[in-house]
Amino acid sequence: MADLFEGYPRGAAWDEMMGPEPDGADGIRAPYQHVHRTMGALDADELRLRADALARSYLNQGVTFDIGGEERPFPLDAVPRVLDGAEWDHLAPGIAQRVRALEALLADVYGEQKVIADGVLPRRLILSSAHFHRAAMGIHPANGVRVHVAGIDVIRDSADGWRVLEDNVRVPSGVSYVLSNRRAMAQSFPELFSRMRIRPVADYPRRLLAALTAAAPPGVDDPVVVVLTPGAYNSAYFEHSLLARLMGVELVEGRDLVCAGDRVYMRTTEGRRRVDVIYRRVDDEFLDPVAFRPDSLLGCPGLINAARAGTVTIANMVGNGVADDKLVYTYVPDLIRYYLGEEPILANVDTWRLEEPEALAEVLDRLPELVVKPVDGSGGKGIIIGPAASRAELDAARTRLRADPRGWIAQPVVQLSTVPTLAGDSLRPRHVDLRPFAVNDGENVWVLPGGLTRVALAEGQLVVNSSQGGGSKDTWVLGSGRRRTTVAAEPPAAQPVTGVPLDTNPHDTAQGQHPQQEQQQQTRAGGEA
Amino acid sequence: MLSRIAESLFWIGRYVERADDTARILDAHLQLLLEDPWVEEDLACRSLLAVMGATAPAEDVVVTRQDVLDTLAWDRTSPGSIAGSLTAARENARRAREVLSSELWEGLNTTWNALRRTTRWTPPEFFAWVRERAALVGGVVDATTPRDASHQFLVLGRSIERADMTARLIATRAVAGSAAPGWTTMLRSCGAYEAYLRTYRGREADRLAAEFLLLDPSFPRSVVYSLMRAESCLETLERGARRRGEEDARTVLGRIRSGLEYRPMLKLLGNLPEEMADVQRACSEASDAIKLRYFPSGVSDDWIGDPW
Repeated sequence: MADLFEGYPRGAAWDEMMGPEPDGADGIRAPYQHVHRTMGALDADELRLRADALARSYLNQGVTFDIGGEERPFPLDAVPRVLDGAEWDHLAPGIAQRVRALEALLADVYGEQKVIADGVLPRRLILSSAHFHRAAMGIHPANGVRVHVAGIDVIRDSADGWRVLEDNVRVPSGVSYVLSNRRAMAQSFPELFSRMRIRPVADYPRRLLAALTAAAPPGVDDPVVVVLTPGAYNSAYFEHSLLARLMGVELVEGRDLVCAGDRVYMRTTEGRRRVDVIYRRVDDEFLDPVAFRPDSLLGCPGLINAARAGTVTIANMVGNGVADDKLVYTYVPDLIRYYLGEEPILANVDTWRLEEPEALAEVLDRLPELVVKPVDGSGGKGIIIGPAASRAELDAARTRLRADPRGWIAQPVVQLSTVPTLAGDSLRPRHVDLRPFAVNDGENVWVLPGGLTRVALAEGQLVVNSSQGGGSKDTWVLGSGRRRTTVAAEPPAAQPVTGVPLDTNPHDTAQGQHPQQEQQQQTRAGGEA
Repeated sequence: MLSRIAESLFWIGRYVERADDTARILDAHLQLLLEDPWVEEDLACRSLLAVMGATAPAEDVVVTRQDVLDTLAWDRTSPGSIAGSLTAARENARRAREVLSSELWEGLNTTWNALRRTTRWTPPEFFAWVRERAALVGGVVDATTPRDASHQFLVLGRSIERADMTARLIATRAVAGSAAPGWTTMLRSCGAYEAYLRTYRGREADRLAAEFLLLDPSFPRSVVYSLMRAESCLETLERGARRRGEEDARTVLGRIRSGLEYRPMLKLLGNLPEEMADVQRACSEASDAIKLRYFPSGVSDDWIGDPW
């Protein structure tokens, strides 16, 4: 039997499963003990079989990602990523803290702008952000929430080395993969689930719906929530339909909505029906042709006015992009101190602001060893990784940086941690990041245990976005604190239950005629012979 | 139609539905055992076995998922297990072969033949396959059975079994308390989750979920819907005939159905295990009444001489 871990290279980057091997010890980190033992007992064929089952289950369920018009199953790696309960209990509050600070920032930016008056953020920074929308000025969300759902991308380069890579507070996607990864993995690796206590994720749709309901305009008794999708050809359409299905709400397209008299309705067979909360998965620019791009066919004219009139809640709010601008990102630790009076729990990745002339000069000089990113990009588009770029690409990048220093940031190449991943016939280290999802219902920020671990499937590749050929891993947070103690306290229904026996067709069991029928057969056969 | 044939049709309906529903119930419970680490396996398995009418092992034995699977899924000799009821369905089909469409017979026979292969599958694969086969048989029944008495008997069996099984499903929740899957899982196992979410627009509450599975008049797996369907089959079989007293199957089914429909919901929920047992007993009683009325062949007729 070929050991799947045979020849596993150690030490290139911080590996989450395989630690260094001091004399005699195998170096397997504690949370991964069970996974390592189980995977180690499988041979390549068995693991491949299970991996195929995962892929097949995804094709059947339609868990696909649209790349350039082609539907592909979203690659789910068979080896899970495991986080210890204690690690998570450090990470989750850090995520929540960040979301609270970004909420405060958005409320301020689209309100009194004290943060500018107090000199924490330069005015120029806000006004020059591509996602600062004047249309959003003066809209007051019903329960004060603008970031109903956030995805905060984090990476790690050592055991405690969690850092925030970027914030996503516009329309973060990927949570559907967390939900479906879990179901698929539970079916493929039941033995691991029965041995490890893994915190469940199935609660997410309920939490999201509760947050959306809580954000409804005041005075609405039983709010109608809808999910607004760009349509079936959107790359994340699977996610939109999954969330709508699991929340039991209508999935609408722009053309299903109509605004009249500052209210939003959807067209149904029973006439217009009022809509109170729109969980929109359409970008700001396409949301309302009156306020934004006039050529948009995906939105609904008049939506922003209705939101301003306070008759409908848009989640996430319009204009949130100013908070996940990558240049604003560099100020987030200061913003946490400014708004919350707390020390940031999670650090940023060191970042150069290219508007500062010295920083620009240094970055231009050291470009071959740095990563530069557009400030408003997403999906890994436009990123230039210095060590991997050709001379021509670097020269082109230099020109671009000089022309538009506001549009770019630079970061050192961060060695993302690695997790064993199925590559061909063996397990090999592949780089991963993590996108935990946070839901804000106005009372508190709940962080889904785990999140989406994205993995770069090519060797040494550091960009993990699914649009760049990345896959995902199911992310397991091991349970620690929350045991069901109530069970022990009051044993439920201890009296022996006697069920009602099942009926059966008496002819099936007590067959008096059976032997006689057989005999008839034999007699005849005998007679013929 | 011969009583004997009618009886076989009735039981084909029941057994296929039983396999289908048992697969759904097991799938939900096993999924929960996997996904939620805080479930007491022994307790959950015991209550499941009890509610499904199987005898639980002795007190001091720890019941595992494997025991549940052996008893309720793989055992080909017990008509209470999936493999057993599929075998029994095929046996009944064999006795009524001449009136069944060959498509239906082949559907049941192929299923039975394939059972041998299924032992190597993982439980979720097996359950999915069972659901698929049941759906296929159901589809063939609807597509190829003439709408005469034979169709009524098939659907009658299916509806009574479905009411019984949904009641059992609800009972698993009530009996095991916190060791049982949540209502979400319950709804999922009947394929009712999406329908439920749409009906109540995503509000999840135990009361609503129980209400949906028990009383929803339009969801084809709810107890009340299945009982109504069974009643309408009996009505069609006996068009215009009077009810024949207390023991008439229509009376039995109608009584339990109206009891569910018109009793205050809170009262029902307060005593769910007993109420569900009543539903199961009523189904059994109705089944006996149907047997007496339509399939009397099993009763040995004593020769009492010419009455004239």
